[in-house]
Amino acid sequence: MSRLTAEQVTLAYDQRVIAQNLSVAIPDRSFTVIVGPNACGKSTLLRALSRMLKPAAGAVLLDGTAISAQPAKKVARTLGLLPQSSIAPDGITVADLVARGRYPHQGLLRQWSAADERIVRESMAATGVDALAERCVDELSGGQRQRVWIAMALAQQTPLFLLDEPTTYLDIQHQIEVLDLCAELHEEQGRTLVAVLHDLNHAARYATHLIAMKDGAVVAAGAPGEIVTAELVERVFGLVCQVIEDPETGTPLVVPAARRRRGGRAAAPAPDRAAVTAAS
Amino acid sequence: MSATVKSGQSTGQTTGQDPAQETDQETDRARKKRAAAGAVRRTWTVRTAGGLSLRLAPRAVWTGLLLLALALAAGVALIGSGDYPMTPAEVLATLTGGGDPGQRFIVQDLRLPRVLVGLLVGAAFGISGAVFQTVSRNPLGSPDVLGLTQGSSVGALTVIVFFQDSGFAVAAGAAAGGLVTGLAIFLLAWQRGIHGYRFVLVGIGVSAMLYAVVLYLMTKANIVEATRATTWMTGSLNGRDWDQVWPAAAVCAVLVPLLLGHGRGLRMLEMGDDAACALGVRVDRVRIVALAAAVVLVAVATAAAGPISFVALSAPQLARRLTRSPGPNLLPSALMGAALLVAADWSSQQLFGADQLPVGVLTGLLGGGYLLWLLVTERRAGRI
Repeated sequence: MSRLTAEQVTLAYDQRVIAQNLSVAIPDRSFTVIVGPNACGKSTLLRALSRMLKPAAGAVLLDGTAISAQPAKKVARTLGLLPQSSIAPDGITVADLVARGRYPHQGLLRQWSAADERIVRESMAATGVDALAERCVDELSGGQRQRVWIAMALAQQTPLFLLDEPTTYLDIQHQIEVLDLCAELHEEQGRTLVAVLHDLNHAARYATHLIAMKDGAVVAAGAPGEIVTAELVERVFGLVCQVIEDPETGTPLVVPAARRRRGGRAAAPAPDRAAVTAAS
Repeated sequence: MSATVKSGQSTGQTTGQDPAQETDQETDRARKKRAAAGAVRRTWTVRTAGGLSLRLAPRAVWTGLLLLALALAAGVALIGSGDYPMTPAEVLATLTGGGDPGQRFIVQDLRLPRVLVGLLVGAAFGISGAVFQTVSRNPLGSPDVLGLTQGSSVGALTVIVFFQDSGFAVAAGAAAGGLVTGLAIFLLAWQRGIHGYRFVLVGIGVSAMLYAVVLYLMTKANIVEATRATTWMTGSLNGRDWDQVWPAAAVCAVLVPLLLGHGRGLRMLEMGDDAACALGVRVDRVRIVALAAAVVLVAVATAAAGPISFVALSAPQLARRLTRSPGPNLLPSALMGAALLVAADWSSQQLFGADQLPVGVLTGLLGGGYLLWLLVTERRAGRI
């Protein structure tokens, strides 16, 4: 079952067509990750799914109705988004920023219910920023700031949560921290997550459903263990590699082929690589 | 935890090489202190059994009340000053129906309209300045920069120079000029919606062109017209009567509440279009309605008192620094604008005598100083 689908959409900025007749279904309760080389249309697809970009043709359906035809606040109560870049207003505190996530649940005369207060507190606790509540967002580190933005989107309390490259500009330990947090939200709170990620290994480790895109089309979709093969990686990214088992999680791990081995060790031909070369 | 965290205390402590332990303890203490202070000061929440709730920042409420009191006090002082001085007690007595017929004439027919025009125009400039700055995400976004002022000047000067008309016709010309300019900027900046920075850039271009037209009109004017034109362009509250009060009051009565109703959406827009859209703000609609309302307010305010410089630019920034709360601060900006303008008018009367110096000169001087101060502080904060 899929609450969020794209049906035969054509995505374009002005005259520049990014994708044509693209159909995608986001499985409910999955952690879906969209991967692909630069300019393959993955972020554009996410923008369309989150109604930031109106398809030139076709429609994005949320619960069976075109997302663009639904009231903006109603959509915002079902579908949350962590944009690639947001601007923290000058001098705003963490608690105040997270509280803004309650906007779609509020009105002119319903500005701050007891539920709002509780949910903001819970969202900060879930992302581990409760200790920073009174701090200014400006003075936080990149990783902390990203967690604050995620807390804001969590406070929106949407069953669907889209993230546009949530790990960009973060150090490796903060990348993992953010992805672990996403996995937690997915597993413990049963939310459907859709993320665009650059790192294929991160994608393969954390996704329950992977969508690989190239040139505006979906090349493969499915569980990472089933679809990530050396052949697929070469087809999508043009990268010769081995796919081995991640020693930590047993998920596929992509190891790019070395042009030249260091330390003078004999370059024993990897079986996968040989297969790939033979196939192509 | 990251070691780049700063405690906010200026004890000269270096963050880079310190053991992480110590940094964390330091921030922990700073945080606890801040949280303890925050628990008392943060917000007031009012909830009713029916599920209605309001959330107020005490500091913003106090600032608003203070500014309102200041604006009204300056208004009373302004009514009391002039060739026939009156004490605040006499002014209040006359306003509430007392006083002798002479005082009643002076207050109700001569000076009250001037103060009301000042309050309304100041509020209109303040709130529209806040809108322009929020939408353009730029503290320099203001009707002076956007060319609306020049548009109004072209309208007013056309009436003065080519039709030798005065009074209502000049006001109508100014309003029309401002509205047409606003519409032109909208059309030129339109690109699948309105974007803040495009709006500002187009406005700057339009402003430059219109200024050339103003100069052309001045060369066409004879000396009497040129003097009147210059006085008008300075912006003044001298000799304002009820004919200026009513249009300004009517427009403010409709548009100020409309803008306040869009305040929450504008606040979300601060975080960027994507974030606002994700939260269910209809980004384009909010922006267009707010900008259109601000353009109309500026046009009508300029028609009533001339293009009084810098009120729209400085009121929102000052209000924001006083309330210390992020967001467009629409109501505090309006109150700040009203207080600023009336206080400036009163000061100019005290310093230079009644009706000697148009208020626009004083706001220009103050505004220039404010701008320098803003540049210095922003520079210190590393934003410029």
